[in-house]
This record gives sequence, structure tokens and C-alpha cells, in this order.
Amino acid sequence: MPAPQCATCHKARAALRRPRSGRALCGACFCAAFEAEVLHTVVAGRLLPPGAVVAVGASGGKDSTVLAHVLQVLAPRLGISLRLVAVDEGIGGYRDAALAAVRRQAARWELPLTVVAYADLFGGWTMDAVARSTAGSGRSRACCTFCGVLRRRALEEGARLVGATHIVTGHNADDMAETVLMNFLRGDAARLARGGGLGSPGEGGALPRCRPLQLASQKEVVLYAHFRRLDYFSEECVYAPEAFRGHARHLLKLLEAARPSAVLDLVHSAERLALAPAARPPAPGACSRCGALASRALCQACALLDGLNRGRPRLAIGKGRRGLDEAGPPRDGEPERAPAPDAVPAF
Amino acid sequence: MCQVGEDYAEPASEEPPPRQPGREQKCVKCKEGLPVVVIRAGDAFCRDCFKAFYIHKFRAVLGKNRLIFPGEKVLLAWSGGPSSSSMVWQVLEGLSRESAKRLRFVPGIVCIDEGAACGLSPEARAKALAEMKLILQTVGFPWHVVALEEVFDLPPSVLRCFAQEPVGTEGAYKAAVDSFLQQQHVLGAEGAGDSPSLAQGEEQLSWPCTQDPQNPQSPDRPPTAAQTEALSRLFDSVKTLTAKEELLQALRTHLILHVARTHGYSKVMTGDSCTRLAIKLMTSLALGRGAFLAWDTGFSDERHGDVVVVRPMREHTLKEVAFYNHLFAVPSVFTPALDTKAPEKASIHRLMEAFMLRLQDQFPSTVSTVYRTSEKLVKAPRDGCAAGPPGPRCLLCMCALDIDTAGAALLSQGGPPSPRHRAAVLRLPCEHEGLALPGPPAALHLGRGPAPQPELLPQGLHRAADPGVPG
Repeated sequence: MPAPQCATCHKARAALRRPRSGRALCGACFCAAFEAEVLHTVVAGRLLPPGAVVAVGASGGKDSTVLAHVLQVLAPRLGISLRLVAVDEGIGGYRDAALAAVRRQAARWELPLTVVAYADLFGGWTMDAVARSTAGSGRSRACCTFCGVLRRRALEEGARLVGATHIVTGHNADDMAETVLMNFLRGDAARLARGGGLGSPGEGGALPRCRPLQLASQKEVVLYAHFRRLDYFSEECVYAPEAFRGHARHLLKLLEAARPSAVLDLVHSAERLALAPAARPPAPGACSRCGALASRALCQACALLDGLNRGRPRLAIGKGRRGLDEAGPPRDGEPERAPAPDAVPAF
Repeated sequence: MCQVGEDYAEPASEEPPPRQPGREQKCVKCKEGLPVVVIRAGDAFCRDCFKAFYIHKFRAVLGKNRLIFPGEKVLLAWSGGPSSSSMVWQVLEGLSRESAKRLRFVPGIVCIDEGAACGLSPEARAKALAEMKLILQTVGFPWHVVALEEVFDLPPSVLRCFAQEPVGTEGAYKAAVDSFLQQQHVLGAEGAGDSPSLAQGEEQLSWPCTQDPQNPQSPDRPPTAAQTEALSRLFDSVKTLTAKEELLQALRTHLILHVARTHGYSKVMTGDSCTRLAIKLMTSLALGRGAFLAWDTGFSDERHGDVVVVRPMREHTLKEVAFYNHLFAVPSVFTPALDTKAPEKASIHRLMEAFMLRLQDQFPSTVSTVYRTSEKLVKAPRDGCAAGPPGPRCLLCMCALDIDTAGAALLSQGGPPSPRHRAAVLRLPCEHEGLALPGPPAALHLGRGPAPQPELLPQGLHRAADPGVPG
């Protein structure tokens, strides 16, 4: 049985059905609709004002590739200019291949690319070194905790290097829904209270961040990349199987199969949560060491690195954090000191 | 594993050596008795200590949230399942003269016969009903057995929202008790036979199967075949199991509250356990009910105004309930529910239940973590939302309407939607899926697209809707 006509242009044969509405569209009309929706998200939320210099967090994966491509298409209408910032976490066998994809993309789109590496920014601590340091106690390695915090720090640094005014990342609706589920399962009331919305407006000197793809479902992102023939890196991170997010992701896939609107319903629920004032995070101040945005004396990145440098990597995770805020610089002669001599990260 | 705030400060070598199982292990509380049950990841209790622990938890939950006044009429919602049976048993023991500090309220039991919705044959329903009546007679409280078909006879006033009392403080409890006792005294002086319901202008329907232990001879009037047929048609018209479950819960709640109002009960106790509430919380999240989690899963639920729903079993895990029922022979009746024997992927509720229980196996603190988060929820609109006068309420769940009024027009794929399309789809308030009413279009959230194929409510429920309520 031949495919139906495209519901928009009525000329070409439909190539897909949109996951949420079930409308049959041809490739070109679908891509146009996708771009129109992203444009609407950005314009309605006033996320990227004209004249903004936008740093795109590019990992080489499907989300950031699609994001960069769509923003490039929309850049003339929005009046923004783009810079690609890639973060090298130092994960052997994974990140090098992904970076190669980013370099190809930068060449293809003719966008300036800056690569910031953990090893340079954080005193020689690559993710592989972190994983070795936290391994072996019989508990989980909690690699994703370190990677997430440090990557946001690195992205901020890279954005400043290129003189950007805004940071965008490629989180899609599925990512947001998984985060909501994860935060509930872990009991992270502070993140639940803070979460939702379209990104952060950039308080306390941090650059404003937003997620233009936030309302697009993951399937549509993949389909867009397919129809526009975008070249991206599709393997998963070496440490991904250990992550708790895997459980949330599995659950979300099942929920979506049972009821397609579950993804956006989760995001909507998170926006409407009302938490007690005591559960909310305190008003943010500045980190005493590096000056970045922090809810406590030390920002999370400095706290994590402090723990690593002291040979007690889990110091900043969980309740052990309490003793850290009053601590001074690390002592000499620690058994698992990073190779570089400077203990305080040079920002 | 990944609990926020989990303590990793000590290095692994300082972990205590694993406890030796076997003869040497004693009850962790009294250190003398032989343990019979292990709860809470490693605490072994002997029989007596477990009983004391269980009862204490029940009393503590009631005592901590001081909502039940002495002498008040409280309706216990009993489904026959283990949690509600345990609750009824706790109330029974708590009221008996020998118990220390005995409970001081006046209980009644209501049981809803949902056989028609679940597709049971009349013989199976009669059999289950007979078993239930046996237990109800043993318990001895005044009981009411109501068939779900009665929901078609509910007057429109059930949907009227009564003024809500604001949540009070310490001093307010004493004042509330005083005013309540005064009210009772006044009513007693007027010689009213049955406590009149607090709602004004309520019609008194003749309810079948309402029993007092003193006169058990009231005639038994089962629901007519036409009503059963209408109910089956209603449930068949709902396409997904998720929506059926939600509809059943809404109808059941309305029915229980009506029974409470007609017979003068001001509180309703339901037997939701900790595990069930954690699952319910996650399910409500996935259904888009984030705004109402505090009412759905909190200790007290005052959205119906005059009758308050209370959940005293909310700190007991299912494991504790099951062991208690087994060790102390608490009677319960099994009746098949809507989703009995349904495959795991059939509905959001089943999915969440399977997921949470599986995760609980791997990370034993999952349920208690989710429960603790639910304790941090408050019953207020999120900061930044309009705190104006209370708006219209949802017909089904009686919560304030939660629709996106972001002002963003519906963005469709290429061109504005046709007028006919707009008129046919209204994203029903409170995210009830599968049920839609024709009406003006609501502002839909960007990017969601039109709702899945809507079905119209059958005529029976249209009749029940109060004409004053919009929609």
C-alpha cells in the first residue's frame, strides 16, 4: 500500500508520521516544521536576543549536531552569531572519536571551533583519572556526577574564551523528562525546586543558558538529522552503563509507549511542583575560590576537585560535603595527587 | 546507590563486618526475643516488638497530624485488600477498652462493590459480597456496602465545592476541637436522630445495604441490570487502561464522599500504604498531575471542602502490612481489580508499579526516598503563578484547573488549524486523558500538538454535571 500524501504540501509522498500528532509529512515539510517550532521556542521565550554571540555546546552527538545546524539555519532571522565549543573530558576511546566528528562539522559549517580540555582546566584531572580514583570501594564510581559538573564549568570557560553572551545546549524533551524522574527517585528536592523552565537567566555573573530543543522529542531529533543527512557520532559513553539515568531512560521509553504524551506531561508536572521553602536551595552567592555561582562557600566544581586532590574523591558527594566548606588548600604529599603541581584550579 | 545526601565519608575499610545470620541474632529492640521478620533493610524484630512498632506507627501518624477530633464520625474506606483491612483492624483494636490511650472517634465502614467496572459476573460479585459481609459483621462497626452503579444517581451537588478551611496551627487544633464539641452538643440538644450532614439542601437518597449491628434485617437491593449495563458501557468507551483506572478512582472517590456526607461523617480514612503512595506519586507525575501531588499523596486531602480524606497507613510499607496480617491473622478479601492479570505494559500505573518494585529490589531505599520527597510538597501554587481568587475546578478530581495559559497559540504543522478542529478538541483540565468535552479551545502548550483522539463522555455523566460548572 503506497504511503499517503504529505499533509502539508500535498505534493510529495509522506516519508514519516510525526510521533506525537501522527501527521504524515514528507521529509522537507517535516524539517521545515521542526525548524519553525525551534524558532518559536526561542522567540516566544526571548531566549536569544538579536546581536547575541551564542556558544553552542558541541559534543559531536545527535542533539548538539541538530542544534548547531538548526541555529545556523535560523541565525540570519534571529540576528545571532554562533561559536562552537567542544569539551574534551579525556575519556579514551570515546571522546577522541567524537571530537573528530565535531571538527568535521566545524569545517563543513565554517564555524569557529574551540576545544577546552579537562586536563588543562582542572589540573590534569581527566575523566579516566577520576574513574580510576573513585573505583575500587565496591560502590559505584559516580563518574557522571563529576563529568556533569565539570563539563558545565568547562563550557562556561570555553564560552568566555570566545566572548560569547549566551550558552545553548542540545537537551531535548526526553532528557528533561528523564531528569525529572531521576530527581524524584533520588530524592533531590533542591534540583526539583530549581528545575523546569527554559534554562537559567544567568544570575550572579554566570552566562545565561538555554535549551532550544527542549520541547522536541528525541525521535524527531533523530529524524531531522536523518533527513538533513547530518554527520554525527552515535556511540554511547564508556561509563554510561553504570549511570543511574539508565533506569530513568528505560522507564521513560516504556511510559512513552503506553502513552505518548507522558514525556511532556512529566516536564509539565515538574514545572508545577510546589516544594516546601525548607527544601529549596539557598539563594546563590559566589564561590570563595573561583568566584563562580555557588549555593555554599565552595561551588560544586571546586568542591569535587578538592576531594579528588585530597585523595578522598567522594568528599563532595553527599553528606561528607559538610566538612569541606571550612577546609583550606590540600596538603602536599597526598598519594593520589594529580600530575600537575597547582592544586587550585587556574581559571 | 545514587541517593542524594548518602554518606560516603567513611572509606570502605571501616565498614562493620556483616552480621552473622543464624542462632545468635536477636531482636534489635528488646535484644531477647527470636526475630520473626526483617524490615527496613536489616532490622530484625521479634513478634511482640513488631506488633508494638506497627501499632505505634499508626498512632504516631494520627497523633502527629492532629486532625481527628474526639467523638468525631470517621468513615473507613475498606476495599478488602491487605492495607485497608489492616487499617480497619488497627482501628478496631485501638478502640477496644483494654488498649492504652484508646482512640476516641466513632468509626463506620464503607465498601464499594466495583465488580461491574472490572467485568465480574453477578455470581462472582455475590460471592465476594458474602465474604465481605461476614468480615463486616465480625468487626461490628456500622457498615455501608455500595455498588459503583450508584454513581449514576449522585445529585449534582457532589460537584459543588465547599469553602475550604485554611490549614491551622497548634492553637487552632484546640479551638477546632472545642467548636466541634460545641456543635455536637447543640445538635444533641436539638434532638436530631442522625447527625445531619453538613451540606445544606442535600437530598436524602435511600441507600441500600446500610447496616447497623443492631438491626441487620434491611432489605438487600442489588443494582439493576440496566445500571450495570450502563456502567460497563461507560468503562468500555474509555480506550486505555490508564484512563479507566483514573476514571474508576474519580468515581470511587465521589461515591465514598457522598456516603460520608449523607451519613454525617466528616472524615474518611483510606488505607494507602507507603509503597502504594510512592507508586501513586510517580504515576501522577507521569500523568501530568505535578501541581496536585500534595493532595493526592499527602496525609490529609481537603479539596472536597467539608469532608477530609486522611491516610493513616502512609508510613507502613507493604511488606510490614503483609507480615502483620499474616502474623496476627487479619482477615481480608481478595477481589479482582481493573488491572488484575493485565500485562506489565498495559497502563502507566502497572508500569510504574513494576518499575518501582524492581528498583526497590536493587536499591532498598527507593520507596522511602520517594516518600520523603512527597513529605516536602506543599499545597500551594508554585511561586510565580497567579495567586488570585480560586478559579474553576475540575469535574473529576475537584482540583483547581491546571491549564497552560502561557498565551502561546497552538502551533500546528503548517498553517492554523481549521475551526472545526479547534472546536472538537479541548485538552481536558487536570490532564485526564481519553475524556474530552466539546467547547472553546484552551491555549495548548507549544509543540505538544493536538491531543490524541478524543472521546466524548457518555450521556449519564453529562447529566450528573452541575450546570453551573463550566464545560
